[in-house]
Parts: sequence; C-alpha cells; structure tokens
Amino acid sequence: MELLKAIVGGMNYWIFIILMMIGLYAMITKNNLVKKLIGMSIFQTSILLFFISLAVKEGATIPILHHDQAHAKQGDHGEGGKHSDPSHKGKEAASAIEEGKEKPSVSHAGSSKIDPDRFTNPLPHVLMLTAIVVGVSTLGVALSITQKLYTEFGTIEENEILDQLKSGDD
Amino acid sequence: MKALGFIAVLGTGLLLLAASRDFPNWGDPDSPASSYRLSRHFITETINETAVPNMVTAVLADYRGYDTLFEAVVIFTAGIAVIGILRRYGSRNSIPSARETPLTPKKPDLIVESTVRLLIPIIQIFALYVIAHGHHSPGGGFQGGVIFGASFILLALARDLKAAQNWVAEKRTLILACCGILIYAGIGVLCQFLGDNFLDYQILHRILPTDPVMARYHSILVVEIGVAFTVTAIMFSIYSNLSSNGKMKEGI
Repeated sequence: MELLKAIVGGMNYWIFIILMMIGLYAMITKNNLVKKLIGMSIFQTSILLFFISLAVKEGATIPILHHDQAHAKQGDHGEGGKHSDPSHKGKEAASAIEEGKEKPSVSHAGSSKIDPDRFTNPLPHVLMLTAIVVGVSTLGVALSITQKLYTEFGTIEENEILDQLKSGDD
Repeated sequence: MKALGFIAVLGTGLLLLAASRDFPNWGDPDSPASSYRLSRHFITETINETAVPNMVTAVLADYRGYDTLFEAVVIFTAGIAVIGILRRYGSRNSIPSARETPLTPKKPDLIVESTVRLLIPIIQIFALYVIAHGHHSPGGGFQGGVIFGASFILLALARDLKAAQNWVAEKRTLILACCGILIYAGIGVLCQFLGDNFLDYQILHRILPTDPVMARYHSILVVEIGVAFTVTAIMFSIYSNLSSNGKMKEGI
C-alpha cells in the first residue's frame, strides 16, 4: 500500500524521468546528428513538463486574475479598471491620477480578496515560457551547424565524419 | 557502445527515480514551490504593484525583467550565430547546376495560394492581439512574436522564399531584431537616466502622464513589443537560412 501510494503520488516524475532518459539515450548512442538533436529536444520537453507540473496546485487555477477580481481592485472607485482594457491610450491620464490618490486604501482592501491558494505559482510558467523560445533558437543553431557539417563532409553520421577527419590527419 | 549507453541511462534513471520520492506529490498545495512567500507575493501583490491581471506577464517583464532581457539577447545571438554559420554571400561556393535549374519548377497551386492568402492576415492579426492583450489573457511578446514569425514562414513554405523576402527582406529582418533589443534595453537605460535602477519602470511616471503603478503597466507593454520584434525577426531569419542553406535564394 505504501509503495503504491509512492508510485501514484509521484507518477508525473516517473513520466518525466522516462522521457528524459529516452532523450539522453538518443543523445548518447545515436550516430546520426539529427537524431541526437531530436533526443535533445525530448530531453528539453521533459524539463519543461517537470517545471510546469511543480506549479500545479490542487484547487487552484491559472495565474490570471478574473475580470471581476481585477476590476474589484481597480474599479471600486470609478472605472479605472474598466477602460484600462479596451483603450488604455485615451483617458487613462485622468483616471490614473485619481487611482493613484486612493492607492493605499485599495491595496489593503484588495489583498484580503485575492486568495493565494486559488492561483498557481506564476514563476515556473514564466521560466518555461522563455525556455521554450530559447530552446527553439538554440535548436536552430544546432541544426545550422549540422547543415554546415553536411556540406563539408557529405554525411551527418558521426562516425563517418570522425573517420574522414582521421584519414585527413595523416 | 549501445549497451554501455543503455547501462548509463538506466543507472541515471534509477538514481533520479530514487530521488523523485523526495519531491512533493502531484498538486500538493503545501509543496515548496506553492507555499513559498515569493509565490504568495506574486499572486496577491501583482495587481496592486503593476495593475496587470496576468501575473505571468507581470513577472516576466517586470519582476524578472533582467532575465527576460537576456533571454531576448540569447535569441538574438542565436539568430546572429545561424547567419554567421550558414549565410553565404555571392556565388563563390555554390554548385552551378543547382543554381541554373531549381529543384522544382514553381507553379503556383490555386488551393494553396488562396488558403494562404486568407490565412496569413488572420494569423498576423491574431499575433498582434496576443502581443497587445498579454496583460489580460495568456499572451505576450514571445508567443505573439512566434505566431507572427510563423505567418512569414507559412508564406515562404507555400510559395517560395522570394515571396516572403518581398515582405521582410533580410536586411529589414535584422533591423527589426536589433530594434527589439534596443527598445527593451532603451527602456531600462531610460529608467537609469531618470535616477532609478535599470529596468525599474515606476520612475517612468515622470515622463508618462500616469502614476507609478500605471507606468509599470505601460512599460510592460512596450517591453513586450520589443521582445516580439526580436522573436519575429529571428524566427524568420533562422528558418530562411536553414531552408535555403544560407543562400537565401529558393528555399525548400
């Protein structure tokens, strides 16, 4: 029973570790450079999933305030929140000054309203959001190096490239 | 080699599995990531400090603005690296036969042409929406930039690289990428000139007609636009270099 509980509770980690090991295995054993890069991508994906799953919280929703909550914070003294979303360019100056005056009272009323248990931690989402795009661009660099190797050596098999380098040495 | 690799992977996997028992359970509200005071601060105070309902955007562009600036620089550097590795100017190294006869004689396909013509404006408008609406819904510079770059990649795939180059020439792509970084870093330096820390947006209320909280709100939008410029340009630049083997001629 204890073992079953440990397995089911940590099921997500099992999946990430299996994915990560698939990626690592491909990176270690495959000769084809593109297959190695596919392995690297699988590895990256498992890390992304790992971070996102750490942010999961029972009974919580995505870290975006609902419109009512956002308006309750900004809107209970006029409609500062209301016209901040469709057209923030227009009359924001007037309302913002008004908003600035009453800021202290609003912040006290508000922090009691937002329950931290109802929202997940935004930080892992932020980290992975940038990691995805950075991962794509580093993959682009890796692919371009592979392409350059192909134009140099006529192959993307690692051992054949090494053979050609060795035979060129002597 | 295969057996050795398998043993190494198996060993690492077993060690990680053993370590995973120390991690919190799925969805545990008391896990360190969820109960740490930073998480609480982000959730309860973001709306008071920045007036942005989407906490992810606020943390991305404001609290962790320094990190995001250099993520954008990483993307920019990757784009420059791809150009440095692949791009070939002139015709010194090119194979003459490949240049005389393109691989496939391009004949525009009616269905593909019309679908692309209908889709691309919608994709681009959606990308602009995602960038501009990042304060209130999932979105922001990175996501919108990727969608915008994808619209150009779709054009290059459906017709050829030339057609896409008519819209965003190589030079213009690079200028766009540089502009993005300059906008982001410029906002940071502007904050310094006004007497506060690098990327501390609230000091911008001196030049914007708003209070410090709304100054942060609007600076986040400007920063996201900078990120979107860079991401759009670099995505298209990486694609066009990879697909044409650095010659920027015909592509796939």
